[in-house]
Amino acid sequence: MTMLSIHNLRVTIADKPILNGLTLDVPAGEVHAIMGPNGAGKSTLGYAVAGRPGYEATEGAVSWKGEDLLGLDPAERAAKGVFLSFQYPIEIPGVPALTFVRTALNAQKRARGEDEVSAPAFLKMVKAAAAALKMDFDMLKRPLNVGFSGGEKKRMEILQMALLEPSLLILDETDSGLDIDALRIVADGVNAMRRPDRAMLVITHYQRLLDYIRPDQVHVLAGGRIVASGGPELAHKLEAEGYDKYLPVAA
Amino acid sequence: MNAPVRIDLKDVSSFPTRRVEAWKYTDLHRALRETPPVSPHAEVAPGGPFAALGGDEWAVVNGRCVGFAGVVADGPGEQVARLRFVSTADGAGHQARVTVEVGAGASLLLLESYEGQAAAYVSNVALAISLGAGARLHRVVIEDDAADALSVSVAEVTMGKGSHFAQTVLTTGARLQRHETRLAHPGEGAEVRIDGLYLLDGARHADLTSVVSHAGLNGVTSQLTKGVVRDTARGVFQGKIIVERGADGTDARMGHHALILGERAEVDAKPELEIYADDVQCAHGNTVGNLDEAALFYMQQRGLPADEARALLTQAFLIEVVDRIEHDGAREVVREWLTARL
Repeated sequence: MTMLSIHNLRVTIADKPILNGLTLDVPAGEVHAIMGPNGAGKSTLGYAVAGRPGYEATEGAVSWKGEDLLGLDPAERAAKGVFLSFQYPIEIPGVPALTFVRTALNAQKRARGEDEVSAPAFLKMVKAAAAALKMDFDMLKRPLNVGFSGGEKKRMEILQMALLEPSLLILDETDSGLDIDALRIVADGVNAMRRPDRAMLVITHYQRLLDYIRPDQVHVLAGGRIVASGGPELAHKLEAEGYDKYLPVAA
Repeated sequence: MNAPVRIDLKDVSSFPTRRVEAWKYTDLHRALRETPPVSPHAEVAPGGPFAALGGDEWAVVNGRCVGFAGVVADGPGEQVARLRFVSTADGAGHQARVTVEVGAGASLLLLESYEGQAAAYVSNVALAISLGAGARLHRVVIEDDAADALSVSVAEVTMGKGSHFAQTVLTTGARLQRHETRLAHPGEGAEVRIDGLYLLDGARHADLTSVVSHAGLNGVTSQLTKGVVRDTARGVFQGKIIVERGADGTDARMGHHALILGERAEVDAKPELEIYADDVQCAHGNTVGNLDEAALFYMQQRGLPADEARALLTQAFLIEVVDRIEHDGAREVVREWLTARL
């Protein structure tokens, strides 16, 4: 069953077309990788699905479990299960990480008409999730991402993912800025989220991450469209041959 | 040029206009063309925003408080006084002069509130505050005036040798509101912290003005003011630090930071350092900006509705001022007061 369906998506930023009729389906339980050269529109795809202001579709459709996403604001999309792990997670001075995640979780639960999580129950959840990601619990009392290293910020993203339990995970260049140990921990965290009722979109420039998070399908994004699709072997082929053959031929 | 303006509600000619430099953003004369009718005598039930913190309560209602001869703190231990200025008469004006004396070596937590319980009133308060040698005064002021009120409060502070003065003023503004503090810093061993916070919406106006004059050696002053303006509101910060001839070794730091969250909102900031001494450390920083769009999107992506994300970011911006309040109980009251108004 298709969970995520993107059809003919067009996004223009500052009069420049970035996505030019992108079409993509991700079935339930699958992990799809989006690979492509710099400037291909990879991050734009993540932002457009998550609803970032300024990245609105000019044409096309995006639906999640059969429901249209494009008419919803970012918080509504989050409550429907959309989670975008940022390439560069934002620092928020003055808001402790714990407070932020609990506020976000309860806002999502309210939006879905569910009961909020009590403070003690939340603390228990966080402690377990932090231990699994080998994170220092005291760090979570500090303002969100402020003074965190690149690896700590990415772990913080995975921790939020584990606590918010989204059904659509979009990982934007999650491997950037990670050393090999951090990469393994982050990938383990992501793999632990794989479930038959979840779908994942892994956006990456390099094949390396896909050694740790094995995709079911690999798509090549170039010039704002999917230009090739295949199995995991396609990632290795790209690593060996580069993106040259997908780039527009210079005049 | 630094002579204070003394406003007398019975004398229209005493109302400063914008042509008076220190009042150029707060033109009282334009807002009040004639002397207002005098507010009637009234009483209010005990309470106010700081009621939970106990201490002596003095309620100056419509300019009057029967049997009140000023706040006096003497002797050992920290004393608590709640000084309430309550306005209950629509369209009427009143004024009050109050003295606050903290004796040598004494310690006072002064919890001051301006409570508007009527419409379109005019309130004019003057305080004379004195600290004896080694005295400590912690002054926390909450201004909850009515949206259509005119409200002025001016404090003259004199400090004895080695005394400590810490002040935090929090306000939601009024039609026209001015809170002024004029302080003579004796230097050597004396310390001053003078902070402010404004959170303004609608067409409200708040003016936080201070003049700190360093006359002695090695005086320390720290000042942090933060503000948020929405809609067509207007925030004014005027902070002047004067370092007199001979006040060497003065260490004065001033910061004012504001967020403008409405396209037609306005902030006027006038930080001034006048230095006539050598070997001083004076610094001031002033920024005006908007909420970070990237942070707003990030928070919404995690499920916070836009309003909630804005409120959380705004609180995070302002809370630094609240965190500098040393008294735990007062800080908690202020934190809740702020959270309820975001």
